[in-house]
Amino acid sequence: MTEQVLTPAKTPDKKFWANLIQTAGILPVLIVIAVIFSFIAPNFLTENNLLNIVRQASINIVLATGMTVVILTGGIDLSVGSVLAVSAVTAMVVSLMPELGWAAVPIALLIGLVLGALNGLLVAYAGLPPFIVTLGSMTTLRGLAYLLAGGTTIINSKIDFAWIGNAYLGPLPWIVVIAFLVLLATWFLLRHTVLGIYIYGVGGNPQAARLTGIKVGQVMLFVYAFSGLLAGLGGVMTTSRLYSANGVLGTGYELDAIAAVILGGTSFVGGIGTVIGTLFGALIIATLNNGLTLMNVSFFWQLVIKGLVIIIAVALDKYRHKGAGART
Amino acid sequence: MATTPVSPAATSAPARAPALEMRGISKTFPGVKALDNVQLQAWTGEIHSLMGENGAGKSTLMKILSGAYTADPGGEIRIDGQLTPITGPKAARAAGIAIIYQELSLAPNLTVAENIYLGNEPKQFGVLADRATMRRETAKVLERLGAEFGPDTVVNTLSIAEQQQVEIARALHQRSHILIMDEPTTALSTRETDRLFELIKRLRDEDIAIIYISHRMAEIYELSDRVSVLRDGTYVGTLERAELSAERLVQMMVGRPLSNLFDKHSYATDRVVLEVKELTDGGRRVKPSNLTLHAGEVLGLAGLVGAGRSELARLIFGADRIASGEVWLEGKRLTLRNPLDAIHAGIAYLTEDRKAQGLFLDMSVRENITISVLGRDALAGGLLNRAAMARLTAGSIQDLRVRVAGPFVTAGALSGGNQQKLLIARWIAINPKVLILDEPTKGVDIGAKAEIYRIISELAAKGVAVLVISSELPEVIGISDRILVMREGVIVGEVGGSSGAAATQENIMALATGTTEMVQP
Repeated sequence: MTEQVLTPAKTPDKKFWANLIQTAGILPVLIVIAVIFSFIAPNFLTENNLLNIVRQASINIVLATGMTVVILTGGIDLSVGSVLAVSAVTAMVVSLMPELGWAAVPIALLIGLVLGALNGLLVAYAGLPPFIVTLGSMTTLRGLAYLLAGGTTIINSKIDFAWIGNAYLGPLPWIVVIAFLVLLATWFLLRHTVLGIYIYGVGGNPQAARLTGIKVGQVMLFVYAFSGLLAGLGGVMTTSRLYSANGVLGTGYELDAIAAVILGGTSFVGGIGTVIGTLFGALIIATLNNGLTLMNVSFFWQLVIKGLVIIIAVALDKYRHKGAGART
Repeated sequence: MATTPVSPAATSAPARAPALEMRGISKTFPGVKALDNVQLQAWTGEIHSLMGENGAGKSTLMKILSGAYTADPGGEIRIDGQLTPITGPKAARAAGIAIIYQELSLAPNLTVAENIYLGNEPKQFGVLADRATMRRETAKVLERLGAEFGPDTVVNTLSIAEQQQVEIARALHQRSHILIMDEPTTALSTRETDRLFELIKRLRDEDIAIIYISHRMAEIYELSDRVSVLRDGTYVGTLERAELSAERLVQMMVGRPLSNLFDKHSYATDRVVLEVKELTDGGRRVKPSNLTLHAGEVLGLAGLVGAGRSELARLIFGADRIASGEVWLEGKRLTLRNPLDAIHAGIAYLTEDRKAQGLFLDMSVRENITISVLGRDALAGGLLNRAAMARLTAGSIQDLRVRVAGPFVTAGALSGGNQQKLLIARWIAINPKVLILDEPTKGVDIGAKAEIYRIISELAAKGVAVLVISSELPEVIGISDRILVMREGVIVGEVGGSSGAAATQENIMALATGTTEMVQP
């Protein structure tokens, strides 16, 4: 009787809107940025350019989606940029092998999966901190990428997976379609599968998860392998756009991915967050890059502005949550 | 709600106005009236206890007093007879009100003096902190408290009890004369509690009005000059020290008498469900232990904190590594490598610390209840079976009378009692043969306690074998068919049932402390 009265009754309708607002999170920021650019940046608001933004965002969307799942468990994957490079170079090397050109993509994806799984094993079963493990593998794999590429850029203008980066499905570039499919699949995984709830559970309270019978190690292994697989896919997407690969590819991509996740409202300690938020985060970053470039803002200033926007956006979000949280 | 008028300090009546007088205080949250026309009077030099179930409005009232919330217009707060609107934490501090929360709010890496002065350091030349003054003044306050540490001690090297003293010192330093303490003994040992009580009484005699919030009847008895009770956000009444009785307080808090709490019927059978043989973790916390648990039986496991009861339970549940010994369930020997093995076998364990080890606070009630069986109920490909989840959740909420607005409310928003029911529901969902409950009513109000006892009886009636670890002797005596007592990692005896020894607090304590053996040479 008592507590029933004390918890404010929510009608399903209200809950729906509350949910939407919570999911939308950072969306207003994206809209404000876009509106500003549409007034001050020449050619910003053209169909062509908007598509460009999404295309530029697509690889980050893929990496950040994997990153979201890792961060949801309370972890972090700093190695995605390096995994991307190793996969991209591998794809190029394989594509140049006679008779084996078809295998370039599967092998590149497999490499990503295996490298991610190695991170996962070290985190889940050796009990090492994710930050340290993936910092180590970031450096190691970067070196490996250079070695595989022999220190130069490998070029192949006849890759048979060029469609990924260059062809269109109707009006949409395939690369964008793939990014959205990844996002959708991950959303489904988190929202509609048992594993999805386990991921939130492990991030929210690892001790409780273990004592509830969740195989915490397996969940951890999965998220790092998943992130690795998506980084491998990112490698394929990158290299198919460039028809080439080298050891420098993807340097610093992990930071853009993490920025997108955090902008998207995912909690850094785990247990809270959505991939939809991450999508908006990635789009904010891409929109800033695009709009500032259109306005001929120098690259150096772009970095300054981008960094500030990230801090301000997250601060606003936090402030908004504080206001809402004062209820209890 | 019957509102007994306060007798304006009939006994120790000082002629002046009360240090604190709250009248007609209401607080409305969107859709909820948390406080309705509540009053409270506290006099200088008294310890005034505030009791009530979780959700009765104690915290809200105290938050209004400390400026964290603003009351609805219409009520008034008087300090020493002066109308004092409390508009925020600053106003509260200026009015001489200090509150010491359950969770301490000190900066762990700073010294005691730095903490006490945090935010208003005395300045030298306008910029430099005047450390000499800080140290000197802090030392004075610490001496007044009888603290055994100095102003330069770094806070994180202090025990919880000592950190509490730092908080009190800060309050005194700010010249607070109304001190609110919200369940200050939760994390303290018996000895630390005794010292805290000594200090509280001393502060009372130094003309400070103390408002003391606690669930523990024994503390209320020991300390209170008067007790006010809230229920459902309304003021029920105030008892003078001479009028105090557990029976009356419980009746005021829950609106019904204490004696109906326990179901004395026994459902124990002689069918053995669980047998534990020489189980040990290698002797660190649990020495080789034996126990037998029957279908429908409620077996109590008593002992002092640290006697190894939780550790034994965790071994049976596969949560810690078993060094040697055997666990048999219904005639089959179990291999317990992890909790999942135990869960598959039909053993469930409700942990002692529900927030740290049980709940997923950010997840919904539905997810919290169903997470134990999600895998079992999943559709092909590990897809969530939402229909089954909804059914289970609705059934659990109804059966266990969980008070919650709906299945999608987050677990963190529930009261302690309802959180506990949530976790019990999670384990009932696996249809356990053995249910181990570790301090199932810790931090739970009396109304919810009664319901948890009822749930335990119902489970026993259905043939579940229940092992209850509890440090509350009346509770463990009230609900158990028989009781095992542990001391220093060993089961040292049994009381109740057919053991020959009566299940009394004296017999249990004698076994738990080892006094029965100490008399023998």
